[in-house]
Amino acid sequence: MAQVAKEKIKSGVAGAVASAILAILIVVGSRNLNHFDAALVGYTFATLFAAFGITYRYAMWLQRPPTRMYWRRGWRVFLNPRLIGSNVLELARRFFVEFAANRFIFRRGKGRWIAHWLIMWGCLIGAAITFPLVWGWIHFETVPGNTALYRTFVFGFAMQDFPVESAFAFIIFHGLVWASFLVIAGVMIAFRRRMIDHGAVAVQQFGEDILPLLLLFAISVTGLMLTVSYTWLRGYAYDFLAILHAITVILTLVWLPFGKFFHLFQRPAQLGVSFYKDAGKTGEQAKCLRCGEPFASAMMVRDLAVVERQLGFRYELGEAEEKSSRGEEMKTGHYQQVCPRCRRALFGLAQGALWRRALNDRLGEAS
Amino acid sequence: MKPEHLHFFIDPNRCIGCQACVQACSECDTHRGTSMIHLEYVERSSSVQTVPVVCMHCEQPTCAEVCPADAIKRTGDGVVQSARKPRCIACGNCVVACPFGVPELYEDKQIMMKCDMCYDRATAGKKPMCATVCPSQALFFGTREQIEQLRPMSMPTNQFRFGNQTITTRVNMMVPRSGAQRPLVNVTDAMDEKPRARTVSLPVAGGGAADPFAEVEV
Repeated sequence: MAQVAKEKIKSGVAGAVASAILAILIVVGSRNLNHFDAALVGYTFATLFAAFGITYRYAMWLQRPPTRMYWRRGWRVFLNPRLIGSNVLELARRFFVEFAANRFIFRRGKGRWIAHWLIMWGCLIGAAITFPLVWGWIHFETVPGNTALYRTFVFGFAMQDFPVESAFAFIIFHGLVWASFLVIAGVMIAFRRRMIDHGAVAVQQFGEDILPLLLLFAISVTGLMLTVSYTWLRGYAYDFLAILHAITVILTLVWLPFGKFFHLFQRPAQLGVSFYKDAGKTGEQAKCLRCGEPFASAMMVRDLAVVERQLGFRYELGEAEEKSSRGEEMKTGHYQQVCPRCRRALFGLAQGALWRRALNDRLGEAS
Repeated sequence: MKPEHLHFFIDPNRCIGCQACVQACSECDTHRGTSMIHLEYVERSSSVQTVPVVCMHCEQPTCAEVCPADAIKRTGDGVVQSARKPRCIACGNCVVACPFGVPELYEDKQIMMKCDMCYDRATAGKKPMCATVCPSQALFFGTREQIEQLRPMSMPTNQFRFGNQTITTRVNMMVPRSGAQRPLVNVTDAMDEKPRARTVSLPVAGGGAADPFAEVEV
């Protein structure tokens, strides 16, 4: 219990620091709130809460024994001075192939892939536009003396001028509209799969699988309604729609640390794990205690045995228990050193041994 | 929710290695096209003994505990699900940690998949696919009363010993009936066990000096 309390305090501190850093960056980036839009204050507080919640949960997650082990090992392997150059190149490749293109999801299913890809890019574009605007990091002003030109300011620094009536302006000022189109299309495809795929229907949960889609849909549709209101309806019901949109966005931001969207922050661990696995493949291999065949990286088997002990499992075989309880590295006698194939064979052999004993006992009694 | 009164019973001794379970398993909607059951030859070179291995759905699943991404969840009715797709980072911890050797890692899809007791069927009160087709009833899904009636010499147990660790599971293994309430199956005690070679009499035609009725080990 004391350990859990300590972990919570650490995570709480990390969360508070993250929120404080974001608050400072908002003040600095908006030039002492000069470019901060007071109408967006609700969004700002929601992002500050989200920063706290995400960092808190991330810190709690990192303190779980298996996550901590992978975190440390992953960085150690990645930062290995001999391999750092090739690792950086490989990281860039995997980032584009696995993350930007979602190749691993494509291999899970084309429908799933297109839905995820559209939703992901819609959300990323939306976030990249919304957050800097909400925090006052980006704002636009007309160029003095030329009202046909807009000037972009980033962190208060003038960056670029562009004509108000230009294709470029049209595209960037409607960035959230394009993002909404992507998200809505992705949500529709995802919903279709969740309605007709028996396997998905059997295991899906409302909070984990349906609610995120509903929230994204609500944000996108209410956002589009704002555009419709000021573009074609002369601002009809704009205030109501603005509040409705704010509610959907704020709810999603507040829910970010708790639900499915947290995978945005967990998922990059896949990259660290890939380097750990690469190192495992080229390193020493663990050989099965029973069949003698190599079956996994020795580093992984050793690390897993340590993690299992930290979690309270006692898979040590006989005397190895005493050795490991003294903190020495386990070298022999751990069930983790039996390959999965032999574990399956042992399952049948153990039952056979019970029957043999039982039948021998009965024969003994009979004679 | 899976109906409370229905349980999975596995009886490896009855397995005839027909592979029907392997084929049927791939029809399950939650992992369509991919078979999740293991049909293992115990010692291919010296025995025809096979063992069907499904997920035992542990009460405290080692696979879930060692998962760094917290991707493996146990449902309220005690079924340990495949890794949740958004979370699984394909590290393989679960594959190496599972005491029964059940989970499988699909590197290309970056996902771990495993037997989920045909959750789409079991929650509707239907048998998992493997139990539906098993001709020898090595895989049986039904009530305790049914299995007791079918196997009067056996009793189900769900406690297994691996080294110093005891694991309690949702799935039962059929073991010889004894006085104990729930006998413990000590899996690691079987480390030195060998599948028993069968001794059969083969009449050999001709053969000169050789005894045509000699017992031949196969």
